[in-house]
Amino acid sequence: MAEQEWKPKILGIICNWCSYAGADLAGSARTQYPPDIRIIRVMCTGRIDPLFIMKAFVDGADGVLVSGCHFGDCHYLEGNYKAAKRMFILKSLLRNIGLEDKRLRMTFVSASEGAKWAVVVKDVVDTITNLGPSPLKEIGR
Amino acid sequence: MAEKKTRKEPAARKDTKKAVTKATHAPAPAATSPDKDLGKGARIGVYICHCGTNIAGSVDILAVQEYAKTLPNVAHVDNYQYMCSTPGQKKIEEDIKEHKLTGIVVAACSPRLHEPTFRTATKTGGLNPFRFEMANIREQGSWVHMHDREGATAKAKDAIRIAVAKAALLQDLIPKSVPVTKAALVVGAGVAGMQAALDLANAGIKTYLVEKSPTIGGRMSQLDKTFPTLDCSQCILTPKMVDVGRNPNIELMTYSEIEEVEGYIGNFDVTIRKKARGVLTPAEAEARGIVGGGCNGCGDCDTVCPVIKPNPFEMGMKPRKAIYIYHPQVVPLIYTVDFDSCVKCGLCVEACGEKKAIDLEMKDELIKVKVGTAILALGYDIFPIEKKEEWGYKKYENVVTSLEFERLICASGPTGGHLVRPSDGKTPKKVAFLLCAGSRDNTGVGKPYCSRFCCMYSLKHAHQIIEKIPGCQPYIFYMDIRSFGKMYEEFYYRIQDEGAKFIRGRVSNVLEDPVTKNLYVMADDTLLDRPMKLEVDMVVLAAAVQPSADTDRTRKLFGVSCSLDGWLLEAHPKLNPCGTTTAGVFLAGVCQGPKDIPDTVASAEGAASAASIPIHMGEVELEPYFAQCIEEKCAGCGMCVNLCPYQALSLVEKEGRKVMQVTEAKCKGCGTCGGFCPGGAIWMQHFATPQIVAQIDAFLLGGEQ
Repeated sequence: MAEQEWKPKILGIICNWCSYAGADLAGSARTQYPPDIRIIRVMCTGRIDPLFIMKAFVDGADGVLVSGCHFGDCHYLEGNYKAAKRMFILKSLLRNIGLEDKRLRMTFVSASEGAKWAVVVKDVVDTITNLGPSPLKEIGR
Repeated sequence: MAEKKTRKEPAARKDTKKAVTKATHAPAPAATSPDKDLGKGARIGVYICHCGTNIAGSVDILAVQEYAKTLPNVAHVDNYQYMCSTPGQKKIEEDIKEHKLTGIVVAACSPRLHEPTFRTATKTGGLNPFRFEMANIREQGSWVHMHDREGATAKAKDAIRIAVAKAALLQDLIPKSVPVTKAALVVGAGVAGMQAALDLANAGIKTYLVEKSPTIGGRMSQLDKTFPTLDCSQCILTPKMVDVGRNPNIELMTYSEIEEVEGYIGNFDVTIRKKARGVLTPAEAEARGIVGGGCNGCGDCDTVCPVIKPNPFEMGMKPRKAIYIYHPQVVPLIYTVDFDSCVKCGLCVEACGEKKAIDLEMKDELIKVKVGTAILALGYDIFPIEKKEEWGYKKYENVVTSLEFERLICASGPTGGHLVRPSDGKTPKKVAFLLCAGSRDNTGVGKPYCSRFCCMYSLKHAHQIIEKIPGCQPYIFYMDIRSFGKMYEEFYYRIQDEGAKFIRGRVSNVLEDPVTKNLYVMADDTLLDRPMKLEVDMVVLAAAVQPSADTDRTRKLFGVSCSLDGWLLEAHPKLNPCGTTTAGVFLAGVCQGPKDIPDTVASAEGAASAASIPIHMGEVELEPYFAQCIEEKCAGCGMCVNLCPYQALSLVEKEGRKVMQVTEAKCKGCGTCGGFCPGGAIWMQHFATPQIVAQIDAFLLGGEQ
């Protein structure tokens, strides 16, 4: 792939009740953001096994966005706390294996924050674009 | 890392087998496919929706269709103008038979919108409805990349590839039917809560009506007149209050709060804190063996109580005692002891005498009730308008809020309905009304939204002073007059004709003459395009409304979201304004957003109707996203048991060792256990590890499995 054409591959795993609804709201409001993200919907960020994220990086993802409800707003009471804890630990693991921990981001976007969703995606895309392709991509293949 | 990858994949495949084996002997899901067949021999039908030009305008439908044909397991691809239309759904139904499909993918709008539609079509076509997966290429595709056709098309292709990968691994699932308790809960007994409770009760449903203050009635009972008919607010409200008080199907719990909520639609276990009131009702007295005792509302205690406090019902402009009722028409007519200010002198106990209604040692009680559905009618508070310092509220005595004005002009209020200036008790001759006080305010201090009913009640206030005080001149400072309801615009004309003066301009400042206590209102008259300074006797601020103080705490107990400004979030702003994303919980009245009385009552009736449906149906279906234990893999460590927020998991003894067991009725399918289990022994139905891993692989490895 030519250098100037490179577009990051970013996986978003987001919860059904807050962030997915927020992303839908961004759509209804026609809030534009970069298309370089692909979404997998789960019911709660608590469902996200850190191995899913490792799998994505091994598969060649340049970045992963995990997005759930705000603290105290989780549809399942506390799944987002559990997820945040896991992502926190996972970030230190990423650092340990020499992968920039900025490639993994956890955010909190509520069902009414369509505009915020667009800002978050843009920011993630910018961050990952600046970091460049994941070093794991070459090793993994 | 490469090693990890190879280790992970066979594990995932094994999961698939085990789960299906498991599913066959699990009570709810009946797996029809033998384990070997899961994911193999999958024949997926893919349907791409144009949604008119909503999708087709930004996504190259034909390119996406050609691409979809190349994906593994795809047996049939089609596109259609509107997949959700009857012919669109017919396509799915017929193709399932014709092409022997085992799974369906529709690439269209959000699953939050049309997943139920296409699940039904999938079912009609003869497949299990859970063999359907949606690719969101509109809300998260064409609509957010409107001017990037290439980007949106590439994203749509990927979204379909990801959906196909999941669809190939979907299983048959059977929703679990649970019975619905024939009782409802209404939180908040303002006009919305009362109306909702009455409707439910009259439909034959036992209804618990919980109100945090000692009386029902809410904000409406504080109002003097109602626009545009000028009905006396109390006169139209008190009959409803009385109805609520004596309806045999309504169990009224005043001076009570929601403490805890457990369970799910059909079966909510609600703990209510009945705050210590210090006074026994006749029924409670009888239960304690005091015959003919209990509070009869005589007020003898009130007379002797030495403690004087401001009455919040009168906005603090009238005193009450430490043992009090808000006003003479309270329902229930039972006194309440304010234990924060009571000195426990015992004079009231003596005055009460043989009725023995007062118990100064009373403690809070926790009461548990079981209900099928719940309605939140939490109401509103007035925005603390002193934050807008430029208008001088709480700094200048003669600046009052509209709710204080309501009490001052009300015949049952602190002044007997004679409007007086707080500074000297004189009747004002010039009164300025400041609209949008804290509403439509983008300074960050006030609220960005329109509070919706201030224009109308300010017109009513202007009418009231013209009617009651001959020669008194109202001045209304406004940005726009929003008189949008039935007969509202006509009411506006009437007030103009009656002589109220309207000045279009936002007031920049209010200053006080320290001697006369008169106020100078500084504004820019934008119609005459000149600055003005007006001396008035009194200023009334039409303060913005905001969610009531308890709203945030209560909504969290019920798992209801709110929007940025704190109003509770409806399931859909247009098509489901009374519903929430928590099944079985509904919204009534202003807690969902500012509403005038007619809209509040209408929304309450809507919520009551919606809340009665599951109860009348008798049972509801829960989405079968339950956790299942893959017993062969379970090490019995029990970590998941503590992670579950619903106590749905437990360890049981099986064949001489401990394994986890799921109580399906308690499991809500969040997957927090499945996201943790170190042995990969938890199978989350419909969001199973192999399904999610297949999605990740499909995105990043281009569909190779």
